[in-house]
Amino acid sequence: MATIREIRRRIRSVQNTAKITRAMEMVAASRMRRAQERSIAGRPYAEKMKQVLSDLAAQRQAGDEIYPLVVKRPVDRIGVVHITPDRGLCGGLNANINRRTAGFILEQKVSVTLVAVGRKGRDFMVRYGQDVRAEFTRLGDRPSLEDIIPIARIIIDDYSAGLVDEVYLSYTQFVTTMTQRPVLWRLLPIEPAEMEARLSVEYIYEPSPEAVLAELLPRFVEMEIYHAILESIASEQSARMVAMRAATDNANELIEDLTLTYNKVRQEMITKELLDITGGAGALV
Amino acid sequence: MAKIRFEMVTAEQVIYSDDVDVVIAPGIDGELAILPNHAPLLTMLQLGELRVRKEGEETSIFVSGGFLEVMQNRVTILADTAERAEEIDIERAEAAKRRAEEMLRVRPADIDMARADAALRRALIRIKVAERRRKRPPPGGA
Repeated sequence: MATIREIRRRIRSVQNTAKITRAMEMVAASRMRRAQERSIAGRPYAEKMKQVLSDLAAQRQAGDEIYPLVVKRPVDRIGVVHITPDRGLCGGLNANINRRTAGFILEQKVSVTLVAVGRKGRDFMVRYGQDVRAEFTRLGDRPSLEDIIPIARIIIDDYSAGLVDEVYLSYTQFVTTMTQRPVLWRLLPIEPAEMEARLSVEYIYEPSPEAVLAELLPRFVEMEIYHAILESIASEQSARMVAMRAATDNANELIEDLTLTYNKVRQEMITKELLDITGGAGALV
Repeated sequence: MAKIRFEMVTAEQVIYSDDVDVVIAPGIDGELAILPNHAPLLTMLQLGELRVRKEGEETSIFVSGGFLEVMQNRVTILADTAERAEEIDIERAEAAKRRAEEMLRVRPADIDMARADAALRRALIRIKVAERRRKRPPPGGA
């Protein structure tokens, strides 16, 4: 049985851990709120852009398949943008998203080039010998669209140069505070959502439809990547909040158990001492 | 009087959303004014000042580029970056202007002149937008 001093030390150490996890929980909670707000603030832009794209798609004519970002071609090589947090201590989130991407890579019959966003995903992929084309780490909690542009640049350039024939986006989607879901879908070639064909009006284009589309499509890619990263950040923070809350609860439970043991041991010691004293006194009489 | 719905968004936030009388935007081929019942239009924007008029009140917004769509009496702007006059840090803009002017004057070999020039134009427009507000404060103070 542990000595009373050992138990006391143990309790103190667990108390300190609980304090840390509690603080981390609160930090994650406030960051999560901010990340969620940012993600929501970007939604109107995303919706409007999709609308404009589908308006454009609705009036595309034959022969305008000249924009490489919308043209399908035989697939010899696939690119994946793997978006993960930089840090751990967020429950199973990193493991889940790494597994999702790894599973996808293993399914493919053609080779896969990876662009890693976030340290956790990069480390994982490098460890397993995956070909990593580029890595972007330390984007922080509140990246701006400008921070994302280099990522979009490399993907668009690779795709346009024919280094990859399809590009997928893999990240953790924020569903609720309790649920985050790893998702993976095709970003390139772009499939303009043929929504309800809005009035097929003739636009006046300035300077020309080609020029507008040539500008619009890369922005669309940037925006989708930006949005995925915001989702990933919101997921990370909420997963961390939940994980840290569980850790704090566990620590408190452990403290209770240890305190109980501590009191028992202390009582036993006192009883034993009393017995010794009475025994000793009896021997004297 | 007929109004036109005006919405301006960036990837990061909604800048403006209201019914207005006229939108004057820096189109890629020159400034254009959009009145209610304008024909469908899709144009690129260039760096410049965007003005919105509503009941005689004019709001000035800095825009660095983007797209403008007119559709069914709605103007939608997808801006790369946009700042309302009150959001502009005029001291920062002034500093950027001086820096850019210095670059253009000294012409160091390792600096991209086109970028310095673009930086200067950005700073000048920011200052212009910010000053427009200073000269004519909105009624009721603020």
